[in-house]
Amino acid sequence: MADTEKIIEIQVLRYRPEQDKEPVLQSYKVPFTDDMSVLQGLQYIKDFLDGTVSFRWSCRMAICGSCGMMIDGKPKLSCKTFLREYYPQGLKVEALAHLPIERDLMVSVEDFVTKLESIKPYIIPKEPRTLEQGEYLQTPQQRDMYEQFSSCINCMLCYAACPQYGLNPKFTGPGILALMHRYNVDSRDGGQAERNELGYADEGYWGCTAVGYCSEVCPKGVDPANAINQNKMNSAINYFTRFITPGGADK
Amino acid sequence: MSNRRPYVRSMDGWWKRDAYFIRYMAREITAVFVALYAIVLLFGVVRLSQGEAAFNGWLQYLKTPWMLVFHVIVLAVFCYHTWSWFNIMPKTMPIMFVGGKRLQPGVITGTGLAASVIACLAVLFIVRGMS
Repeated sequence: MADTEKIIEIQVLRYRPEQDKEPVLQSYKVPFTDDMSVLQGLQYIKDFLDGTVSFRWSCRMAICGSCGMMIDGKPKLSCKTFLREYYPQGLKVEALAHLPIERDLMVSVEDFVTKLESIKPYIIPKEPRTLEQGEYLQTPQQRDMYEQFSSCINCMLCYAACPQYGLNPKFTGPGILALMHRYNVDSRDGGQAERNELGYADEGYWGCTAVGYCSEVCPKGVDPANAINQNKMNSAINYFTRFITPGGADK
Repeated sequence: MSNRRPYVRSMDGWWKRDAYFIRYMAREITAVFVALYAIVLLFGVVRLSQGEAAFNGWLQYLKTPWMLVFHVIVLAVFCYHTWSWFNIMPKTMPIMFVGGKRLQPGVITGTGLAASVIACLAVLFIVRGMS
């Protein structure tokens, strides 16, 4: 074991609101083995080198969505990224871009959670059914329409990848718009009209300029850019037909 | 009393931060060249309406060295424009099924690129046939 142990330099962007005016880099030398993730490197720092370093984590297996951070400038889950990929040059970890830094590697999730609640991320039944009527049936193809968009783990990597969100935090953003799409295209759902008031607004689908980086960094293959951009056509049709469809102009 | 003081980082020079953003900006800038070339062609239509001599004058102007250099640059930019837009096209389309299987992004991009190459060749042959 001892002869395979290597040392890697991890630079951590620190921000302690009670003492730092702005974030500063702090460097740590961490012994590591090939099977250690960046998250484990940070845990080593916290346990043995500096207990004041703050970061979020929970599951260690890319499903809780807590440990997202910028690793050498790229949004990644630190539990899914290995230290060995950055050896021997070392690596720099920072809080997720475009989101306010609360402390060290932790960002504020307020905006994200508020927006998430606003899109009603649950099925609003098209037709209420009683227990006696049985379950809602769906064909495999109907399921395929939303399945990939339902894999979101709310890790916010796509927000750190989206310059439009960074430039204008009012933009609903990739992950939440993808979830909106996920429920809208579910054959059991009837909540499209309620959700699309947000989707068709300036801060909705049209805030996206198809940069596409959100889909690139998503650890779950959700492809938010696809979820958003395929709605622009519907939104445009809605915009031009709302004056001629009954009740359309009220929206 | 809360000690919270969330720090918002600057977005200055954001597009230089990642190679992905640079490619995105390059894609967007190609649209400017498309607009420039549209102006050149529109100018040709205006000259056409002013008679044969005016139109021939415009054709002669297109053959000047600077305009030839401009065309070479525009051709290169248009190639990148075509590739980058068809590259993003799968992201803009609803999920499609062919024979029960989901159409892959590469197929959509490839079809778009093939269509544009065929369209270019068709125009080239038509123009060759006329002159």
